[in-house]
Amino acid sequence: MKALAAAVLLFCAALAGRPGDVNDAAITGEALPARLSDYGFFTDLAGEIPAARVTPYDLETQLFSDYAAKHRYLYVPAGQKARYDAEAALDLPVGSAIIKTFGYPQRGRFKPLETRLLLRRASGWVALPYVWNAEGSEALLKRAGTRIPVTFTDPSGAPRSISYAVPNQNQCKDCHALSGAIMPIGMKARYLHHDGQLEKLVAAGMLDRSPGDAPRVARWNDARAPIEARARAYLEINCAHCHNPAGAASNSGLFLELSRADPVALGIGKRPVAAGRGSGGRDFAIAPGDPDASILIYRMESTDPGVAMPELGRATVHAEGVALLREWIASMPKSNDAR
Amino acid sequence: MLRSWTLAALLAAGPAAAQTVTVEAGPDAQERLQTALIEAKPGSIIWIGAGRFELTDGLSLDVDRVTVRGAGPDQTVLSFKGQLGAGEGLLVTSDDVVLRGFAVEDSKGDGIKSKGADRIVYKDIRVEWTGGPKQTNGAYGVYPVSSTTILIDGVEVKGASDAGIYVGQSEQIVVRNSRVSGNVAGIEIENSRHADVFGNLATGNTGGILVFDMPSLPKMGGGEVRVFENRVIDNNQANFAPKGNIVATVPPGTGVLIMANDNVHVMRNELSGNATANVMITAYRQSYDDPKFKPVPTRIMVAGNKHGRAGYAPGFPGGDQVAAALGGMIPPVLWDGSGDPATLRVRDGVPVLSMGLQQGAPIETAKPAPVELNGAEAPIPATVVLPAAMEAAAK
Repeated sequence: MKALAAAVLLFCAALAGRPGDVNDAAITGEALPARLSDYGFFTDLAGEIPAARVTPYDLETQLFSDYAAKHRYLYVPAGQKARYDAEAALDLPVGSAIIKTFGYPQRGRFKPLETRLLLRRASGWVALPYVWNAEGSEALLKRAGTRIPVTFTDPSGAPRSISYAVPNQNQCKDCHALSGAIMPIGMKARYLHHDGQLEKLVAAGMLDRSPGDAPRVARWNDARAPIEARARAYLEINCAHCHNPAGAASNSGLFLELSRADPVALGIGKRPVAAGRGSGGRDFAIAPGDPDASILIYRMESTDPGVAMPELGRATVHAEGVALLREWIASMPKSNDAR
Repeated sequence: MLRSWTLAALLAAGPAAAQTVTVEAGPDAQERLQTALIEAKPGSIIWIGAGRFELTDGLSLDVDRVTVRGAGPDQTVLSFKGQLGAGEGLLVTSDDVVLRGFAVEDSKGDGIKSKGADRIVYKDIRVEWTGGPKQTNGAYGVYPVSSTTILIDGVEVKGASDAGIYVGQSEQIVVRNSRVSGNVAGIEIENSRHADVFGNLATGNTGGILVFDMPSLPKMGGGEVRVFENRVIDNNQANFAPKGNIVATVPPGTGVLIMANDNVHVMRNELSGNATANVMITAYRQSYDDPKFKPVPTRIMVAGNKHGRAGYAPGFPGGDQVAAALGGMIPPVLWDGSGDPATLRVRDGVPVLSMGLQQGAPIETAKPAPVELNGAEAPIPATVVLPAAMEAAAK
């Protein structure tokens, strides 16, 4: 019996490549694998031991997702390399995958809730959500998303109980689509360029080069960095995936990429267009010098689905992020009006 | 692992032909309906059964050529009373979609939004906030934006805190045979070109039918709009839009309002009971910083409309004094006085009042006086002709 099991295991391994290798066919094929384990990203899924060429990374400033911890991994298939880009996301070859597990510490241990995959197929990127079982041994594809009740402790030490939303497949695209095509968001040199991460990817043979002058964003909570740089990095990673001319919020005219220079497009003295009650009775997205008169702050401080921004993945207020943007807006010289 | 892969391969190899999926009311409606919308194939029909669907999150559709059809706008009700997430009830981001025969109630944000969704058909749809007009209602009922070729036919919207039917930054638009009531704006065509708005009933809104252009948006230069054969009656709802939004500045009692557009024809409508004015023509009057934006209306033609009583309680600041000075009532057509009168023409056989306002000047500087608008006649915009498949879907 044991021999049979070993034979079956060997056969499966032969299909996927060598034991411990990532199942490249699962990434590049047309099917939607039902289980996270089908990909072989981890030699020990429950123990989170990554397979070869599955490399952990993090972002200098990250999207706030209800205080969830995120464990990120990049996979680039053997013999291939991502191409460096100073501005856009790294150009990842077909067969690459971005793996991001969301969870919370529970009784001192990280408890995974969901893993979101971005798979680079020949036809483009595909985004899929997988939801973990209670034992933390496996995650299953859940294309329609789900809600999970979660209790955790926020950085101030306060306990929070929320209905955590796992996005559905369309909602993945809401944030990740540029002109209708899915694109990675955080996989940009300026978010990766810290603690030698780019250099490590080059050394691992996963990235073609890492120029010394690669850009980097400010860490949003680095008190030594200028407030402007921290606020703009925060706005880009939290908002600009929709708020850009090719994104889901293109019709708003509010564009929050780090490179954006036009003050009105950034919201300064900009009146709302389709905010509805999201305006909170305020006139401008950003009223310089006056956070309490700024729609942006009102929407960040709300958890009402008709008001809250971002629209997805936020059931709690990011108090520390709001404080940062309040400080930034307060630091702007007051103007009498937009004109 | 082997078995699941074989099965997946078989499924993937199956016929890609059109499929029909039926989703009935009952437990787990959220997951079942959203799964059907995600798994739809181009050409699929998703039937939503009669009954109430209690939903906890926004729904979305991102597959081309899908028809979503209910048992009727009073039979199939998608209720978002318990909505916990997403900015609208239903979001459509794919092309050639037909939405027909269902209702969306009490969504926390907008009712149904379609963005970048070309050739979309909204037919026999109802969107309603069931608690009546309230500032806490969602902004837009039916909300196609950044799209080309849109049909809204036989739609009913009640209670939107911004616009019941709102078409933004789009081209080739038909809004017809629809009913809007209890909204701040009944129907609003904004930053859009080539629109036909006809055969609709707008009643009990703050403003009945609005044609607007706004600055600092990706698509500007609205115009080539025909507003004809509508009934725009008794739009005297107190304005309940949250401040900051442009419609919060619309005075109650507004029938048809044209703001900063080019070549808009208002023809053969029945206009009555609008306490401020049956027709208003104005510039964009707020401050802005956008050199590309044209704030004044040009080539606005008002002709052949039937006017009932109007102007008996003007809802703008100082309106009562102006009315008193004019014998208790102001004329049914109101022009703010901005822009070149040689491009404005009113041929309704009723008097016109100019507020005598310079572009950008506050209303306190108004010098109201009767005016004749006999500007040059502009060619009527071409009829918006929709693809035959869209007309067939709305039959």
